[in-house]
Amino acid sequence: MSADNSMLVLIGLSVITAATPLVYAAIGELVVEKSGVLNLGVEGMMLGGAVGGFAVAHLSGSALLGVLAGMLSGMLLSLLFAFLTLHLRSSQVATGLALTLFGIGLSALLGQPLIGVAYEGIPTYAIPVLRDIPVLGTLLFEHDLMVYGSILLVVAVSFFLRSTRAGLILRAVGDSPEAAHALGYRVILVRYLATLFGGACAGLSGCYLSMAYAPMWAENLSAGRGWIALALVVFATWQPSRLLFGAYLFGGITILQLHAQAIGINVPSQLMSMLPYIATIIVLVLISRDRGRIRKNAPASIGQAFHPTK
Amino acid sequence: MFALPSLKATRIRKTVVVLAATLVSLGSLSAFADDHPTKVGFVYVGPVGDHGWTYRHDVGRLAIEAEFGDKVETTFVESVGEGADAERVIRKLAADGNDLIFTTSFGYMNPTIKVAKMFPDVKFEHATGYKRADNVSTYSARFYEGRAVIGTMAGMMTKSNIIGYIASFPIPEVVRGINAFTIAMRKVNPDAEVRVVWVNSWYDPGKEGDAAKTLIDQGADIITQHTDSPAPLQIAQERGVIGFGQASDMSAFAPDAQLTSIIDDWNQYYIDRTKAVMDGTWESVDVWHGIDSGLVGFAEYGPAVSEDVKAAAEVIKEGIIDGSIHPFQGPINNQAGEEVVAEGEILDDGVLLGMDYYVEGVQGSLPK
Repeated sequence: MSADNSMLVLIGLSVITAATPLVYAAIGELVVEKSGVLNLGVEGMMLGGAVGGFAVAHLSGSALLGVLAGMLSGMLLSLLFAFLTLHLRSSQVATGLALTLFGIGLSALLGQPLIGVAYEGIPTYAIPVLRDIPVLGTLLFEHDLMVYGSILLVVAVSFFLRSTRAGLILRAVGDSPEAAHALGYRVILVRYLATLFGGACAGLSGCYLSMAYAPMWAENLSAGRGWIALALVVFATWQPSRLLFGAYLFGGITILQLHAQAIGINVPSQLMSMLPYIATIIVLVLISRDRGRIRKNAPASIGQAFHPTK
Repeated sequence: MFALPSLKATRIRKTVVVLAATLVSLGSLSAFADDHPTKVGFVYVGPVGDHGWTYRHDVGRLAIEAEFGDKVETTFVESVGEGADAERVIRKLAADGNDLIFTTSFGYMNPTIKVAKMFPDVKFEHATGYKRADNVSTYSARFYEGRAVIGTMAGMMTKSNIIGYIASFPIPEVVRGINAFTIAMRKVNPDAEVRVVWVNSWYDPGKEGDAAKTLIDQGADIITQHTDSPAPLQIAQERGVIGFGQASDMSAFAPDAQLTSIIDDWNQYYIDRTKAVMDGTWESVDVWHGIDSGLVGFAEYGPAVSEDVKAAAEVIKEGIIDGSIHPFQGPINNQAGEEVVAEGEILDDGVLLGMDYYVEGVQGSLPK
């Protein structure tokens, strides 16, 4: 850390690390939902990614391999979900919930030998030149690569959905799979790909937790963050920019309430702990209260199974 | 018409086989009843892999196995909720023929008492509760004694005079720990203060780590915790400050930062109680022991601890063991500076069990 150790920078750094796992998990789920699939198994896939990433990083000593393994673990779990819901057309809600329970149990089982293993964490990478900007340099340009990656990913997804042909097809599949099918698009394939992307993102989110945020493996490491990511997608009305804002708002208030407590501000700590949830919901509901926009952005066929012969 | 009788015959044959098998197993049970292993069951509130509370209870279970080998048979059920599920699990363990059952969380108190009534021959041991019966003991540890030791160390070692304390829930057990720590710290360093952050969770590595960062950012140079994950110590290690572990030795996560750790050590107690069941000498007791019994143990001192500090810590430990030092011996002031315990007076267990105020030296107000 450079000379700018002012309190604001320190708080800012904590906020960014708290928000990053939410950004990854939520942006992945956003794409999944945009394709018309509701995968409630984010928490389970995060834990899969957390344990897979940590195990490989620990065994190989390579953070990069760990991150790849985390992504792959998340994708494997999402593949299971995709097969059950898209091929066998099981209920997406029930299967997603089952995937979360399965992920919690499986990660606990596989992670047993990793309990108590220390890992030094993903190295941070300061961007040359930019890091020397006073205050902002430290705050914005001295992170691990996964933090930069999360922002780039949101920008890329936003661009993909809005300005590419493939993004248009994905949205068509999510809004009206019948119409997309009639036009000759392969609805099931598109949904498979979207679900796998969501799995990869949840896996990344998980390995950010186990490799950078906490860095360690412990059972149920995600502690409910998968559910917060799911909620963020809805409250951000399926818009990547709002989602990013929501994740940072949530992370920000989480950290600020801890600071308020440590200073000794006289507010019940239970209330303080609720604050990030309440504030994030209220703010996102307020900025998204336009019903027309919600209708415009919400994938119309979300959660419904599709079969070409229906 | 032909298929039906044969189906029936198969079913009857199956029934006979099952019946016979049951009889044989019953017979063998009674035949070997005398040398059947003593069965010990455990109910855990968290996963065995929490590296904290439940993990230490499971270490105790393994100690029983190591001590008695094939003379015992232990089972455990982990992550059992403190609601309706608990009674079902405890009843199942009792019905499965366990001779001794440890229920290791406060919320299991009523289910334990209820099931114990149904199984008068089974012995029950409930951790941290206060309801007993002829076949139900209670046991807990005076962890606040350990906090007095680490509070002394913190008072001697802090340079910024700010200690960060990461707390779980505002219940008497946790408040008692904060107060014992603070009282001991102020005895050696009247200028030091404790800043408490409540994370409202026993276990959330991410949030505990954030709380540690917050406290360090606000100037704390020593971190201590009453939550179960090693995340705060890891942050301490990363930021170059020092701190104390919780429940188990966490030096693997913070080789330089961990000064010592209060260790829940149930091993000897579990072995003794199992032995008592084997010998037929088990009686219902109420155990609340501390450092003297070994229930409250310590990890080895870390590299940052100087000889002076070690010596001072040992003095407190020995004083508590021989009774010359009590962590809650007056004079004790509350936050407003009013004397709540007079000089020489020692708080009794009843007050300790219901402790609901901060002592002088703790910043902020206690959430109620």
